[in-house]
Amino acid sequence: MAELDTSGGGGKKGGKVRTKKMSTRVDLTAMVDLAFLLITFFMLTTTLAKPQAMDIAMPDKDKDEQQELTIADTRTINILLGSGNKLEWYMGSVDKQLTPPEIQGFGKNGIRKALIEKSKEVVGRTGDPKKGLIVLIKPSEKSNYRNLVDILDEMKITNIQQYGISEISAPEIELLKRDGLFK
Amino acid sequence: MPRIKIGRKSTAIDMTAMCDVAFLLLTFFILTATARQPEPLPVDTPASTVKIKLPDTDIATLTIGQGKVFFGIPGQDIRRSLIDKMGEAYGIQFTEEEKKRFTVMESFGVPMGNLKQIIAMKGEERNKAGLQPGIPTDSVGVRASELHQWIYQARVATKELHNVDMRVSIKGDSKERYPEIQKVISILQDQNVNKFSLITSLRGEDN
Repeated sequence: MAELDTSGGGGKKGGKVRTKKMSTRVDLTAMVDLAFLLITFFMLTTTLAKPQAMDIAMPDKDKDEQQELTIADTRTINILLGSGNKLEWYMGSVDKQLTPPEIQGFGKNGIRKALIEKSKEVVGRTGDPKKGLIVLIKPSEKSNYRNLVDILDEMKITNIQQYGISEISAPEIELLKRDGLFK
Repeated sequence: MPRIKIGRKSTAIDMTAMCDVAFLLLTFFILTATARQPEPLPVDTPASTVKIKLPDTDIATLTIGQGKVFFGIPGQDIRRSLIDKMGEAYGIQFTEEEKKRFTVMESFGVPMGNLKQIIAMKGEERNKAGLQPGIPTDSVGVRASELHQWIYQARVATKELHNVDMRVSIKGDSKERYPEIQKVISILQDQNVNKFSLITSLRGEDN
């Protein structure tokens, strides 16, 4: 179909020497296909190669003591990141736990389900969608960076607006040790 | 019965022009693809579903892997100003040649004492795995850590030269222990840099 024709019009008659001119039609469709494939490849690899950025905002370090805001325990869920890619969560605060701590993994069927459930519950209770679930993420020294990024990702996926990274306390470390998540 | 003769016309389209356009576009995309610099510390970033791209300029990258921290910032003018300031802060004299070589180093991780050595090495030698031990993150007595200084001077340089606030990004290895990351975040909080970005690779929501 696509062709490059270099046969020179079929050859004129006349003159004693008549060379046989063969038709030299080159089909260019394949070349065009290849060129478009390469373009698509380069277009995609240059944009995909740029790394994605997940923004975090931390609270001011010095103001830590003053900002121990009395946040409603009933709206708070504490997520403790332990070793072995597992985490433990409970509602309320460490001295007054409102639900028994549960161990879960990351991902759709793990913590995401629990977060969505609790989020709905809290909004249902307060009646105000702006007063939703507050999440306190407490990574222990046995967790790794991937766990932290995963849990922050879950925040984005479940659309939770109020969350923060805070220090893990001694009783919580005891909890992790008790459940074998502090190896 | 006489066969009905259907006149056949040639449906050949001359594709030469299309081919030319295709190769022009291809050349354009190949030339605008920036070549990647070899990293001294290969890091496997964890995946996340965020799709916001990282900006290209005025952003410092702290690469954290194997317990080491490497520092990198794009922009040759900023790097030049940075090495001047660090030289002043630590009382080290750099020659013009060394400063020029520094401005082409993308990312590095050595204590100030070994900086001259690293500058003197060639590109491929510098980026050999395991060679650079990382920038010290511990404070020395009352003096802030070297990492703190690098970040601070880079912020000053960016503000002076480009008149914008420098952004900070953290490129951590997935398997890195949390305390290492915590130390770096602490150093950033000490300077009141409370907003930064974590560099991640892309994944779908259902994974």
